[in-house]
Amino acid sequence: MTTFKAGTRLKSAVCSSELMLIVAPDRDVDLACGGVSVIELGADAPAGAALDPDQKQGTQMGKRYTNEAGDIEVLCTKPGEGGLAVDGVALEVKGAKPLPSSD
Amino acid sequence: MNLMMLLEMAAGAYGDRVAFQNGDERLTYQELFEAAGALAASLDDGRTQHLAMLDESSLALPIGVFGASWAGVPFAPLNYRLTDAELDSLISQLHPGRLVTDSERAARLGDRLLSPDGGDAYVEVGTRDAMLSAVRGKGAGRSDATWSMEPEDTAILLFTSGTTGAPKAAVLRQKHLVSYVLGTVEFMSAEETDASLNCVPPYHIAGMAAIASSVYSGRRVVQLPAFTSAGWLETARRENVTHAFVVPTMLARIVDELEGEKDARLPSLRALSYGGGKMPQSVIERAMRLFPDCNFTNAYGLTETSSTISLLGPEEHREAMSSADEAVRRRIVSVGRPLPTIEVSIRDADDLSPLPAGERGLIHVRGEQVSGEYRGKGSLLDDEGWFNTRDGGYLDDEGYLFLEGRMDDVIVRGGENMSPGEIEDVLLEHASVADAAVVGVPDEQWGEAVAAVIVLKAEAEASVAELQQWVKDRLRSSRTPERIEFWPELPYNETGKLLRRKVREALRDSD
Repeated sequence: MTTFKAGTRLKSAVCSSELMLIVAPDRDVDLACGGVSVIELGADAPAGAALDPDQKQGTQMGKRYTNEAGDIEVLCTKPGEGGLAVDGVALEVKGAKPLPSSD
Repeated sequence: MNLMMLLEMAAGAYGDRVAFQNGDERLTYQELFEAAGALAASLDDGRTQHLAMLDESSLALPIGVFGASWAGVPFAPLNYRLTDAELDSLISQLHPGRLVTDSERAARLGDRLLSPDGGDAYVEVGTRDAMLSAVRGKGAGRSDATWSMEPEDTAILLFTSGTTGAPKAAVLRQKHLVSYVLGTVEFMSAEETDASLNCVPPYHIAGMAAIASSVYSGRRVVQLPAFTSAGWLETARRENVTHAFVVPTMLARIVDELEGEKDARLPSLRALSYGGGKMPQSVIERAMRLFPDCNFTNAYGLTETSSTISLLGPEEHREAMSSADEAVRRRIVSVGRPLPTIEVSIRDADDLSPLPAGERGLIHVRGEQVSGEYRGKGSLLDDEGWFNTRDGGYLDDEGYLFLEGRMDDVIVRGGENMSPGEIEDVLLEHASVADAAVVGVPDEQWGEAVAAVIVLKAEAEASVAELQQWVKDRLRSSRTPERIEFWPELPYNETGKLLRRKVREALRDSD
């Protein structure tokens, strides 16, 4: 994936998922959606890219996904069929213990 | 990272829902998105670097917040109760820029406010109504440009008072506000039937945070531009308001009003949160008795921390009211526990070393939403990212945070920070005043009230009323000392520092 900065908008190359990077790792990682490396929002998908049928966990709008180390966190800004993984390991939905609204 | 991204998600997922409502006027999320785009297009004039708004809440407010974020220009809501002199001092920091205000003020200010340094920069003045027609009309120019996602971009400038001098602009960057919303609000978590009553002024951090939070949760905001307890109740009932945020003085008035009613009911109200100042225990207890089914939340936060950093939730309120355990009951006057995204550390006031639970010190906080930066002063975060709130307090054994008042003499009255030094400076300009000390004293209604101790010049005279009028003419009326005493001298330490703490103690002892 190279090192994307926090705030970068990304999208899946093989489904409709769109993401925003909340926490960027300080090392090179491969962030994939549907089994294929994600690309920047304005970029074109590589030719022949296809959704991996084993990577169809899907993304949900508004959910945040993270790894066990917690050094990467992505927000799903548009949902899609593909599931998220970093270096081949599936990301988990960040547990949201809902807080009472305070504003 | 940009607030606009949150609005884009909202418009995409629930664009037809009403986002903001003011009287009979309504704005859906999609309409807000489009109006923000039109405003951004108009701000992209090659000149404008600030968007200031000096007005009560209106639909122009969320359009201004999001439009400014879209254009990459800081948004600065200004206190509409300012005297002209105070306003000049703030606007002079917002050149070059644009100011949106009500038509009466716009007529008084004229089309352009020139830069005080004599340069070419100016602030263009326009009315709220003109802005609304320009951005909401069918012919409104849309911006095709997308917004910057740079997390360091300044989103909002909020003026807040320190111990001395004029208010400084707290810098809230996109990263602070977006991380605060993402960390505390679940996307689209509101029901379509929810409605939130917003009566906190736009220039208060809670007012700003509420706009971002409500857009992300999808909760309709009903604006109440000028608070009265009768107006609040009437609006809450008419709109079947389910959620509300108030500062403690407002809740006290609402409770007073309701206790006078034969059938005091607010059946739709499910959640009431409060903050901005110290909540008198008697007020929250009366409120909980009036609305046993309502969920109360005490939210503690600062301008510099993008609002809430700690909260006492509904179940904790109930436990505190009904527990047999004194330590649990005490928690009704705490501000609850820090958010999961926030760390709190209590530090010794002299050497800033960390203190254990139970010991009182300076509350320090750390987290993504914490800014601690002021224009012209830079960042006040220490090397490890900790921000000194200058509030005194302690943590109990279970991590509940108790506030014990400002440790820097800043007065917090009705949710508003006031600089004692600023008021002292004004008093010292009076011909009869040799010395002055201004402190906050406890007040059931306001949390704190402003009190002044004056040392008169030899042979000079001045009445309390005269000095009060002197202050009122120069600063806004909320800064007028409600209580004035005359002493032969004021307490100073060996280095010549005025000991306001001693003045406070003496005033309290004499009550």
